[in-house]
Amino acid sequence: MSDYISHDHEHDGIDRRGFLQCMAWAGTGLLWTVSGGILASKTLAQIAKAGEPLPATDLSFLQISDSHIGFNKEANKDVTATFKIALDRINAMPTPPSFLIHTGDITQLSKPEEFDTFDEILKSCRTKDVFYVPGEHDVLNDGGKLYRDRYLKRVEAKGSGWYSFNKNGVHFIGLVNVLDLQAGGLGQLGDEQLEWLEADVKDLGTSTPIVVFAHIPLWAVYPEWGWGTSDSERALGYLKPFGSVTVLNGHIHQVLQKVEGNVTFHTAMSTAFPQPAPGTAPSPGPMKVPAEKLRSLLGLTSVQYKQGKTALAVVDSNLS
Amino acid sequence: MTTLTPRNKTIASLFAIGCLSLSNFALAGDVKDTDGTSSKQNTIDIKDFAFNPQTITVKSGEKITWTNRDDEPHTVVSVEKQFKKSSALDTDQTFTITAGAPGTYTYFCSVHPKMTGTILVVKS
Repeated sequence: MSDYISHDHEHDGIDRRGFLQCMAWAGTGLLWTVSGGILASKTLAQIAKAGEPLPATDLSFLQISDSHIGFNKEANKDVTATFKIALDRINAMPTPPSFLIHTGDITQLSKPEEFDTFDEILKSCRTKDVFYVPGEHDVLNDGGKLYRDRYLKRVEAKGSGWYSFNKNGVHFIGLVNVLDLQAGGLGQLGDEQLEWLEADVKDLGTSTPIVVFAHIPLWAVYPEWGWGTSDSERALGYLKPFGSVTVLNGHIHQVLQKVEGNVTFHTAMSTAFPQPAPGTAPSPGPMKVPAEKLRSLLGLTSVQYKQGKTALAVVDSNLS
Repeated sequence: MTTLTPRNKTIASLFAIGCLSLSNFALAGDVKDTDGTSSKQNTIDIKDFAFNPQTITVKSGEKITWTNRDDEPHTVVSVEKQFKKSSALDTDQTFTITAGAPGTYTYFCSVHPKMTGTILVVKS
């Protein structure tokens, strides 16, 4: 890929693609903002320590993912403790996020008591507004009924749990790709959900920034491990006309990012345990790391949107 | 939980065998059928997100037991809904079925659908 600037809309020496590439290789723990055309970065820890407020942006929200409450194996014997640390980090932010998005796998085994524990711990979070999409661990035995009753009634979700909403001119779409999976296949959205999606975005102006969130990646991260969604291409087809699409996923417990045209794909860390990089282990199961290293591989994702800027800034920070 | 004495253990074992004959669920090991004959145990380990062995040949009427050796829940679900699906199996949990009519039965893990397996049932 070329490193030359191809589109310099704002005559500031930064094109969008280059900006996103910077973000992609910059790694975790940095907050990227564009202010007056100058690219700036600071670690979240630096900002929290200095007590300096985050630069004013039109909208900021946080993605948390893969809490796996109930997991108690070697990879992390106390997932409630690390989930609490993640919430402490959110509470320590000088400018609290407008809301949270949880991209699935709240629980390890879909047990009511696991959901209870999660809800109880979440009460300590200062940010109260939370939007959810299920992971496969949340819908193990009942096709997601309990999950929908608990987390999706408020948003009047359709079908197996999909919905959309608007915040500050940004259109958010929560999708479900963990149900009715087919033998040998990947994550799946299904015809009914895709038809809904097509209708949902049909009348939106193409300059409307879109944020799509779902559990399993909506791009082929590593199909050999099931890390992809079989019919995601069709979904992305409906989003092609839009100038700014940000896709936020969980499931793979690590940060990976890809930029394709106007679409930025991003996966978040888990708050419970890491998983191996694609193809680096016999299976994608929970990865055991030395205790002192664990928190550096867990984390959360902050997303900032500034009106008039095309790209949303997506920033990961770990729990070290 | 009450500690089992040897006497209690015997009673518990008898009780367990009684229950097993009433359901498809069984513990690992040799299982007595209601007629008192011993049937062969066919075991499949679920390890590293795979069924091992991936293809198994069993005789009609024999039992097949899956054991989850991963730190991740898995399920056993018939592709053609030919047998009752398992619940989500946590680490070390087992699921047992009795092989029915001769034929080919394919199954997968509904949590990780890339995981597939085949049971070939032959005449006993």
